[in-house]
Amino acid sequence: MKSIDDIKAIRDKMQSEIILRDNTSGNDETRIVVGMATCGISAGARPVFNTLVEEVATRQLKNVKVTRSGCLGMCKLEPIVEVFVPGQEKVTYVHVDSEKAKQIVANHIVNGNICTEYLITNE
Amino acid sequence: MFRSTILCCGGTGCHSNNSGEIIKEFKAQIAQKGLDKDVEVVETGCHGLCAVGPIVIVYPEGAFYSNVKVEDVSEIVDEHIIKGRLVQRLLFKDQSKSEAVKALSDTNFYKKQTRVALRNCGVINPENIDEYIAYDGYQALIKVLTTMKPEDVVKVLLDSGLRGRGGAGFPTGKKWQFAMMQPKGQKYVCCNADEGDPGAFMDRSVLEGDPHAVLEAMAIAGYTIGSNQGYIYVRAEYPIAVERCKIAIAQAKEYGLLGKNILGTGFDFDIDIRLGAGAFVCGEETALMTSIEGKRGEPHPRPPFPAVKGLFGKPTILNNVETYANIPQIILKGAEWFASMGTEKSKGTKVFALGGKITNTGLVEIPMGTTLRTVIEDIGGGIPNGKKFKAAQTGGPSGGCIPAEHLDIPIDYDNLISIGSMMGSGGMIVMDEDNCMVDIAKFFLEFTVDESCGKCTPCRIGTRRLLEYLDKITRGQATMQDLDDMEKLCYYIKDNALCGLGQTAPNPVLSTLRYFRDEYEAHIKEKRCPAGVCKHLLRYEITDACKGCSLCARKCPVNAISGEIKQKFNIDQDKCIKCGVCISNCKFGAIVKK
Repeated sequence: MKSIDDIKAIRDKMQSEIILRDNTSGNDETRIVVGMATCGISAGARPVFNTLVEEVATRQLKNVKVTRSGCLGMCKLEPIVEVFVPGQEKVTYVHVDSEKAKQIVANHIVNGNICTEYLITNE
Repeated sequence: MFRSTILCCGGTGCHSNNSGEIIKEFKAQIAQKGLDKDVEVVETGCHGLCAVGPIVIVYPEGAFYSNVKVEDVSEIVDEHIIKGRLVQRLLFKDQSKSEAVKALSDTNFYKKQTRVALRNCGVINPENIDEYIAYDGYQALIKVLTTMKPEDVVKVLLDSGLRGRGGAGFPTGKKWQFAMMQPKGQKYVCCNADEGDPGAFMDRSVLEGDPHAVLEAMAIAGYTIGSNQGYIYVRAEYPIAVERCKIAIAQAKEYGLLGKNILGTGFDFDIDIRLGAGAFVCGEETALMTSIEGKRGEPHPRPPFPAVKGLFGKPTILNNVETYANIPQIILKGAEWFASMGTEKSKGTKVFALGGKITNTGLVEIPMGTTLRTVIEDIGGGIPNGKKFKAAQTGGPSGGCIPAEHLDIPIDYDNLISIGSMMGSGGMIVMDEDNCMVDIAKFFLEFTVDESCGKCTPCRIGTRRLLEYLDKITRGQATMQDLDDMEKLCYYIKDNALCGLGQTAPNPVLSTLRYFRDEYEAHIKEKRCPAGVCKHLLRYEITDACKGCSLCARKCPVNAISGEIKQKFNIDQDKCIKCGVCISNCKFGAIVKK
């Protein structure tokens, strides 16, 4: 038999698992899009994607969706992560790895500071 | 951690379109690709848009795929799950927009709905109690058991203005209050899931999609009135609903949310399922309880009301599935929240099963006070094939028709009664210009004649006589005197039948007489069926456009058509059975129905 606290614990645990099914696809959501075409995947997009999903879930970020897109045409810069915050211009990060993905969520999504060091550089 | 969730509808509508196989195929392919740690496949309850089932929704994108077949699964897995490209071909196409709609929430069908009773249907896995708990499930029960007295629960329900969703609209709070005030002792909580109206499937969808909401509300009811035993009376024709209820009860017991000493609070409550054999009269409360007792399902007169003397002679409350499904949220969000939706005397939302001549056949939940026009034109997507709306039938065999002139009436209990129909349990059958209203009345009367339990004479014999009058009219053999006699008989049955079944059985006749008397008169005076439905009043004739190809004569199942090649053919009216095969085969449109 479960106690009242057990039920509350189940609720908290499960809420992070069903966060994907949030139906509020309004205009106020932040989207994190990972290039997941062959080029992206072979450059290591899959662990990046998984890291982003986990970070968003463990921080219980509402209104943030992690989704995939196809090839952006800059295959040499993959893995590419694009961040769309409502009302702001999109930000494109390149050569992302799991560690950088964590920083992007912490600095950009949570605190609103763009991680300038991961942007495309004009060589 | 899952990065993507595939929701497949496992409601009865989609299930009968093979969604079970689709779910199996998704699971197999996901496992084969080694993605079973990343992608979750969930079988849900009904999403409401049964017309385009089987339905598959893929999150996080929320992509809404319709009419999915087993063969489409590999494309969705390869394209969407692996490569992240939406399968445009399978996306749902909204009638009002030219391009495909990406997400469910973008469709007109969903935009104007407010989902309270159906909030979890199509969202959670009904066979997993943890998912229900994740959406605040059982929090209302915890709140009631730890912080509220029975009187407080009754007060919240009274303030919320919740009325019974089974059709009659009795205030739920009052019902609970009566039962609560009875002396202590054995009392019962019953749930009416004997949904018998032709075309209605709201209760089935709730039980299939969100069974725990009903269990939670019944436990709250048990605490409020002082009962330790509940019964769900559900028809055996709902195998999926029965199965999911059983699973839900077992899981709730395992978690200690049902049974002895619930959550350590000292409150005991258990729920059992009783299967009905599908008799319509068992949806009537006294007959339902007689059936639970193990006797033949026959009604008996009230008073005494069930709240005083119900199941096994003990105080009992009986509520409809949809009523229960509203209660946990009223407790959690408060009476004001619920009372803020709806009209002055009808609060909250109502679920309707849309059927008949409508584009989006399915399940819709709207705030009370929404107009019929919004339901039919915006949510329902209008009448297919450019036909004209004629009437909507609500309340099933107990209800009546709402004609086009009342399209803008706000839907609530009192308004529907004032125009001669009723809310009923929520079946809504839409009819277009091709429907004959006498034929519709006859259809419902055939149903009540079949389903009359036979205990009282006005219903057993009265409805049969009524059907005979209708039959006479559709055969063109009735007189105007018959029409008057039939109307008198309607009022006689209404006044004298024992239970709700008989008292409301003449309603389909009375309401069609009220709005479509001209059609009845056309059948009687002119021996003509204006909609061209009643076979006995029809004639099929071949016009001069006939080229004499003989195709109709060869297709006619009774050899009623004859003639010479390249000359006009003829139909022998004595042999013709009016099946319409000749019309559908004629290449020249040379055969007409008169």
